[in-house]
Amino acid sequence: MAYSNKVLDHYNNPRNVGSMDKSDPNVGTGMVGAPECGDVMKLQVKVNPETGVIEDAKFKTFGCGSAIASSSLATEWLRGKTVDEALEIKNTDIVNELSLPPVKIHCSVLAEDAIKAAINDYKTKSATKVEALASK
Amino acid sequence: MKLPIYMDYHATTPTDPRVFEAMKPYFMEIFGNSASRNHSFGWQAEEAVEKARKQIADLIGASPKEIVFTSGATESNNLALKGVAEMYAEKGNHIITAATEHKAVLDTCKRLEKHGIRVTYLPVQTNGLVDLEMLKDAITDKTILISIMYANNEIGVIQNMAEIGKIAKAKGVLVHSDATQAVGKVPVNVIKDNIDLMSLSGHKLYGPKGVGALYVRRKSPRVQITAQMDGGGHERGMRSGTLNVPGIVGLGEACAICQAEMAEESKRMAYLRDKLRNKLEAELDEVYINGTMDSRLPNNLNISFSYVEGESLLMGINDVAVSSGSACTSATLEPSYVLKALGAGDDQAHSSIRFGLGRFNTEEQVDYVAAKVIDVVKKLRELSPLYEMAKEGIDLTKVQWTAH
Repeated sequence: MAYSNKVLDHYNNPRNVGSMDKSDPNVGTGMVGAPECGDVMKLQVKVNPETGVIEDAKFKTFGCGSAIASSSLATEWLRGKTVDEALEIKNTDIVNELSLPPVKIHCSVLAEDAIKAAINDYKTKSATKVEALASK
Repeated sequence: MKLPIYMDYHATTPTDPRVFEAMKPYFMEIFGNSASRNHSFGWQAEEAVEKARKQIADLIGASPKEIVFTSGATESNNLALKGVAEMYAEKGNHIITAATEHKAVLDTCKRLEKHGIRVTYLPVQTNGLVDLEMLKDAITDKTILISIMYANNEIGVIQNMAEIGKIAKAKGVLVHSDATQAVGKVPVNVIKDNIDLMSLSGHKLYGPKGVGALYVRRKSPRVQITAQMDGGGHERGMRSGTLNVPGIVGLGEACAICQAEMAEESKRMAYLRDKLRNKLEAELDEVYINGTMDSRLPNNLNISFSYVEGESLLMGINDVAVSSGSACTSATLEPSYVLKALGAGDDQAHSSIRFGLGRFNTEEQVDYVAAKVIDVVKKLRELSPLYEMAKEGIDLTKVQWTAH
């Protein structure tokens, strides 16, 4: 299979690889996929609680080159967006940007799922934080 | 060193230059139809075909009259299974094979099942070998054929054909073996190995593509098969169609070269393979060999690099031609059924790479490939959430994954 130049670029120079402290209340973590399916993505966002803007995003991915590229691209797009803007990222945007062939569309779906999972994790965490403060 | 490096010799091999030289005259000069009985063009072609028949027979311990030329091992497997099922229909309707067979055997069995044949697909042990006790237990009075491959195309494990043949003989059951990967690489002898029908292919042993053979035993017992193609009754009625004379000459020459050089070549293959393995194991943790090393083709290494997905690894070593059992590299988007049959788990299959060494690989190439693989695996593990979790001591089998 021939890979697009953008997929190759992300594969060769993955952006924002790494991990952030999961227990940080401002960090949302999304982990999607399964080893037996051949891809697992971990995506993390660090949100400024005052502004709701994603200040940092990190990923680690076990998967094919397109899965790595999809999650690498997602972290690039997430930085600087508000959490609500982040939820608007669609898998088709990733497909178009990376010129993914049909057999690799599931990689983009996984990346969208990872974004949603990370944001939801952050939202759940901040909601509990508010509740905890309110009950004090 | 010239790039890319070819290390996928189980998929196909280049034609040996000596084979190509031997074939050349049979396209334009000696172009006759070997079935033409009344002129020299035909006689010359026939002579070449009979020479090749003997070269092939000599390599596998058969007699030339037991060699039936086909278009390749897929056709040989089809002809053996369907031909026996049809010919021995009155005797029984049960075939035994193994889960790790090539698709040319498995899918032929699937088709036969639609025509009233009962097929037992034996599981294999974690080492890739058929459990002989299980094989014995599977035989019934309706069993007509046991079809077990000689050496596996993915993991290279060599089945104990001699014992399988002994078990079959005791029960009066025929044995077919798909020996595509074994012939020319390891000593194969249809007498010692108790094989009644055997498939082989030209392009896996440095011969041309599009030509193969089926060995059909002529005595003790005399095996008969029903032809699966109608026509001129070539190959003693077992396979009609004008013979592919240049291809057959090439197959014969390839077999003769293998016979002359196998002992030396297999030593060199094992040396290179072991060097590759040792380098990978010295530099990387959590690498697992798939299938036993105790009974294996000298040129095969099938290895899983845990926490790294096979296709991403292939992408990183893109100047090296190898294969992966990962779903992402297969047309069906399913991970290797051979590795799954070993019970290794899908994740091991997704992380597997098959190295198939061959005649034209050099030690310098092996060193290059080892260094490259080590480098890319390390890089991808830095990227792998699974590797990170494993290093944190998390048991990945206990994690609730969101399967998709």
